[in-house]
Amino acid sequence: MNHELLSFDQPIPLSQVSTLVSVLPCRVAAGFPSPADDHAVQRVDLMAQLIKHPQATFLLRVRGESMKDAGIFDNDVVLVDRAITARSGHIVIAMVDGEFVCKTLWQRCGRMKLKAANVTFPDINPADGQTVEIWGVVVASIKQFKA
Amino acid sequence: MYALVDGNNFYVSCERVFRPSLNGRPVVVLSNNDGCAIARSNEAKALGIKMGAPWFQIRHFEESAGLVALSANFALYGDMSDRMMSLAAGLGHHQEVYSIDESFIDLTDIKGDITERSRRIRHRILKWIGIACGIGIGPTKTLAKLANHIAKTAERKPGSYPDHHAQVCNLGNLAPMELDALMLATQVGEVWGVGRRIGAQLKEAGIHTVLDLARLDPVMVKRRWSVVLERTVRELQGTDCMVLEHEPPAKQEIACTRSFGHAVLELSALQEAVTEFASRAAQKLRLQNGHAGQVLTFIRTSPFRAQDLQYSRSTVVPLRRPTHDSRDISQAALLGLQAIFRPGYRYAKAGVMLLDLRPADLIQQELALEDDVADPGASRLMQALDAVNQRFGRNTVTLASAGLAGEQRQWCMKQERRTPGYTTEWDGLALVRA
Repeated sequence: MNHELLSFDQPIPLSQVSTLVSVLPCRVAAGFPSPADDHAVQRVDLMAQLIKHPQATFLLRVRGESMKDAGIFDNDVVLVDRAITARSGHIVIAMVDGEFVCKTLWQRCGRMKLKAANVTFPDINPADGQTVEIWGVVVASIKQFKA
Repeated sequence: MYALVDGNNFYVSCERVFRPSLNGRPVVVLSNNDGCAIARSNEAKALGIKMGAPWFQIRHFEESAGLVALSANFALYGDMSDRMMSLAAGLGHHQEVYSIDESFIDLTDIKGDITERSRRIRHRILKWIGIACGIGIGPTKTLAKLANHIAKTAERKPGSYPDHHAQVCNLGNLAPMELDALMLATQVGEVWGVGRRIGAQLKEAGIHTVLDLARLDPVMVKRRWSVVLERTVRELQGTDCMVLEHEPPAKQEIACTRSFGHAVLELSALQEAVTEFASRAAQKLRLQNGHAGQVLTFIRTSPFRAQDLQYSRSTVVPLRRPTHDSRDISQAALLGLQAIFRPGYRYAKAGVMLLDLRPADLIQQELALEDDVADPGASRLMQALDAVNQRFGRNTVTLASAGLAGEQRQWCMKQERRTPGYTTEWDGLALVRA
């Protein structure tokens, strides 16, 4: 502000004069430097481990016991990645007759079926003309315990 | 060059991702209080159901055609939109999210075959999140929007346009003859920015197709119609007149209004509703970092119930000083409600609108001659309120006059047909049979 332009009989406008303050982006330690500083690492990020394609990952809740030998039980929550192209051997979510089913995909010589991981359940063999669409690939299962 | 990426029948598509049994059936999504159709599957369109058709008029299709009607599930659509937008953003360097299901992408400096690149992005969105999109490409936003219309129509109605424009339509690399043919095949009302009224005026003046409009002299259009239509004509001619808006402009008014699930007679119930609407509006105001100077409150009966006594009134209450404090705004709204409430009517709708908006950092200083000085901690209190509600869920902390949360509130929305929050609630996850 140019004060010389103001005469003495005029009130001087009150204003906050801004001042630049530099803040150093670090703390200055007065004592001995921490030996851990050189070994700084990130804590394990569970989400990053489990979810490779965030936009394509969805959660579904399992109802039924047909996949128990694969470690998927009733009421578990499965992580499903739709970005992965399903191959034989993958545990998949398929759409059968307007419903989601969780099974192991089996493909050979142009034929496919959906195999249960429980001997008391039958496999699903699509009839001629019946389309079975794969919705996504199961990449993890979450089981929560009482605690 | 711009691309417009737009999800097909977006709300219906989102529902279908988690309910495969809806595939191949006519499906509509209904607006608040299950009022009218705001999204339709292709099968529903084929039944002749129009956008905005009231539910009671199309209800008979439930029996006769297996129509499935769902209440809008905006938590789901919001999350799916977010996923779609972040994939669409990969098309170029800058993105303008234009609505919940549309975004413009600036294709400047993108090398290689843009059409092929768009097809790949479209395929990725379809595979990753299950939503089919139409992508329109053009040298201006208006042309990109037109291309998008062609891409979607060519797919839905084979034969309406040449097949190779289906799904992805690029107007940027066409021979002039081809572009003219597409414009000739499109009604003028489909052009972005040409509303129903202007569309009718244009047809009266003998301008029926997009080509007719594109061949007008912009100067004449400005004189005879408006500067807005002139810009549209220039854009159709290939002159880029609209830039990408990276940040949505601050809103000039903020409203939160809603129809009630059931008629409301009591002042106390209206007070709860108005408090909630005022708090919601105040939160939106804080999101755009603004202050409001005045608060409008309105209540009205249902004009669709001819047998009821009709009443409709609104009032504006100025605030002592511009603020974004939920408490002050609710207080003003309740004061307004008190003034306009008359007993004996069956109220169907209420709302709160914030007016006279300005940025929060523009504050008029005042001499503290009165006792009611501004609360210096108000901003931090509101920040804490928003943070708590963000972290622990909406309505965790509310003003006491909003009443207790829960479905027993008689003014709550009617959403009898809403699907669960498949991607937003742990207890709402879709079920899979194993």
